[in-house]
Amino acid sequence: MDLTWSPAEEAFRAEARAWLEANVPRGLPSGDTREGFAAHLEWERKLFADRWAVVSWPERYGGRDASLWEWLIFEEEYYRAGAPQRVTQNGIFLLAPTVFEFGTPEQQDEILPKMAAAEQLWGQGWSEPGAGSDLAAISSRADKIDGGWRINGQKTWTTRGAFCTHLFGLFRTDPEASRHAGLTYLLVPLDTPGVTVRGFGRLDGDEGFAEVFFDDVVVPDSAVLGGVGQGWSVAMATTGSERGLTLRSPGRFLAAAERLRALAVERAGSLSASARDGVVDAHLRAEAYQLFTLAQVTDLVEGRKAGAESSLNKLYWSELDIALHETALQLLGPDAEVDGPWSRGHMFSLSGPIYAGTNEIQRSIVAERLLGLPRK
Amino acid sequence: MRFAPTPDQLELAGAVRELLTDACPPEVVRTAWGPEGDKARTTLWRQLADLGLLGAMVPEDDGGLGLTEVDLVPLFVEVGRAAVPLPVAETVAVLAPLLAAHGSPELGPLVAGDLVGTAELAGSGILPWAGCSDRALVRSGAELRLVDLTGVDLEPVTTVDGSRAAARIPSVAGASLTADPAETERAWLRGALAAAAQLVGLAHRQLDLAVAHTRERKQFGVPVGSQQAVKHLLANVLLDLRFCVPVVQRAAVSLAAGAPEARAHVAAAKAMTSDMAGRTARSTIQAHGAIGYTVEYDLHLYVKRSWALAASWGNVAHHRAVVADSLGLPPAVDPSALPWEATR
Ligand SMILES: Cc1cc2nc3c(=O)[nH]c(=O)nc-3n(C[C@H](O)[C@H](O)[C@H](O)COP(=O)(O)OP(=O)(O)OC[C@H]3O[C@@H](n4cnc5c(N)ncnc54)[C@H](O)[C@@H]3O)c2cc1C
Repeated sequence: MDLTWSPAEEAFRAEARAWLEANVPRGLPSGDTREGFAAHLEWERKLFADRWAVVSWPERYGGRDASLWEWLIFEEEYYRAGAPQRVTQNGIFLLAPTVFEFGTPEQQDEILPKMAAAEQLWGQGWSEPGAGSDLAAISSRADKIDGGWRINGQKTWTTRGAFCTHLFGLFRTDPEASRHAGLTYLLVPLDTPGVTVRGFGRLDGDEGFAEVFFDDVVVPDSAVLGGVGQGWSVAMATTGSERGLTLRSPGRFLAAAERLRALAVERAGSLSASARDGVVDAHLRAEAYQLFTLAQVTDLVEGRKAGAESSLNKLYWSELDIALHETALQLLGPDAEVDGPWSRGHMFSLSGPIYAGTNEIQRSIVAERLLGLPRK
Repeated sequence: MRFAPTPDQLELAGAVRELLTDACPPEVVRTAWGPEGDKARTTLWRQLADLGLLGAMVPEDDGGLGLTEVDLVPLFVEVGRAAVPLPVAETVAVLAPLLAAHGSPELGPLVAGDLVGTAELAGSGILPWAGCSDRALVRSGAELRLVDLTGVDLEPVTTVDGSRAAARIPSVAGASLTADPAETERAWLRGALAAAAQLVGLAHRQLDLAVAHTRERKQFGVPVGSQQAVKHLLANVLLDLRFCVPVVQRAAVSLAAGAPEARAHVAAAKAMTSDMAGRTARSTIQAHGAIGYTVEYDLHLYVKRSWALAASWGNVAHHRAVVADSLGLPPAVDPSALPWEATR
């Protein structure tokens, strides 16, 4: 057991901290609105210019070849500095791992640099009105035509879809095949004729959701990622990164628990015993999540696969996030109803148990794959 | 950075697990509840001594294994998993290293398994394992004293975990071992850490029993474990448990390093595991149905030990308060007062 960082890692931390302290913008409007999104893109481009956008990627795509450890350190520093939400996250954290694993060299060279530079902005097109938890019920279809595919159907809940330029999605390419076998992973520019995007309000009222309609949309064969009919396994190969570590690194919750602590000190006059307990609990759980990921990264680095373990991460961070924000509202007393970072954070925390596979689905995965309880 | 047990640590824990699977099955824990308890305990203690376990934290020069708190965590997880009905933690983590540090002549017989040593440093007045121990480490103000229990007339206390052999702390002065606050604190933290690690093992055992039972037990023509409500109940137990483990490991790392954070880190570990223990007991009993609510089935042996350990070496409230202090949190106010009354 060694819980210390090497001098090189400490130097990396110091460099990241100094850069963030000098560059983090303050008071950006919400990235889930049109103006706010534009402001966040400026920040993303600044990150890219100084090679902080995708630290773990190879240098030729704009990264620093950072190790998983360094990536964790960067994330800790990023949230510690109070830096803005990453509006590019669904491309960087969800699509990119898939492109690295399944993309052709041409696809990698085409997609990754532009994604890192925030020139191409990717939305996730998995869910449909009739396919949520039961993702394999997807009915949007892509029919084979000469040299490509013709897409018809609808996606929904696409995060920041109204501001994205591209979509990665699952489409039914073989209606005859069994549910999972007939799906293909396709990459679609949203300016293709026949695509209509309609943004709409999430719980906080911001236009962070979108519906995407496909009306005889034609894409070339090169839009296929990972093979025709392989969509399900290609998509599932990277759900671990969505549920676990990469989407929600511990730095985020450590920083939030620290802000909560500061709030409790500031609001000492309304620190009830239960709120005090809540602050302690948030701190304990944020640290537990951090330590859990340190053990997990040790396993990954030493070649032991995480697999269904990522469902544990997802359950833990999402429920910690809600409890943490509920404590904040308690501390705010009557100020809790004022629109602000804590009330917005609270609303957003409530979506944690829904996206990236609902917590009910994750609990079933834990029970069946980690405990070995029988399927129905 | 490498946050995982070493192959050596895993190997040692594996050896202890193997030994305890044979030497301390549920029947032995059950026997310890009854009049035949002493014989079973004596054999088991001897086996632990033969493995060298009793001197685990004693320096090699003094005939021990020279291990640290970090090595001990996986060992105490195993001791918890088997609910060993003896003061293993008290002897190994608390008493033996203290005796070694003070060059006490009692060390040799203790490590050899000729003496059994217990400890109670919370000042609760109840001495666990008194009935099966020869020596007891107790606290008197800032001092730690070693009491020879031989021939002392003990006043037994009936506890929920009937294997605890508890008694009122006898009013025998004993011999002063140390009055050094740092040493006393370290002994206390080692005891709390060992309790936290045992709670992890105890929870594992309860969960294993619940999983095995719900896979077998059929109602409505299907295993009850195929019902989603049961699955989610047990998934929560695993979730709770798995996130306690690294917190316990970190506490050991800090304690072994003599880091100033050790106090808060041990408090985090004991608070979280004690909380988890309550939920685990409740959920695993529920997953069993009525069979979980009986003394004829094994589950209660592990549930009751976990209740006992959750309440000793500082309970949840104590350790949470220690964490709160380490965070610099102001004291709680009376929420019945509105802000304009604050000056009353
Ligand atoms: C903030 C946010 C952002 C999102 N972003 C995207 C995005 O960018 N791209 C995208 O494709 N999707 C996105 N989603 C959609 C998300 O993936 C789905 O909401 C999720 O998969 C659940 O599907 P659903 O909403 O249709 O709920 P349903 O599947 O209809 O579920 C409703 C309720 O029933 C429960 N339930 C369903 N099936 C089971 C079962 N078998 N066992 C037990 N309980 C069950 C669920 O847990 C839930 O509580 C986003 C969602 C949110 C909230």
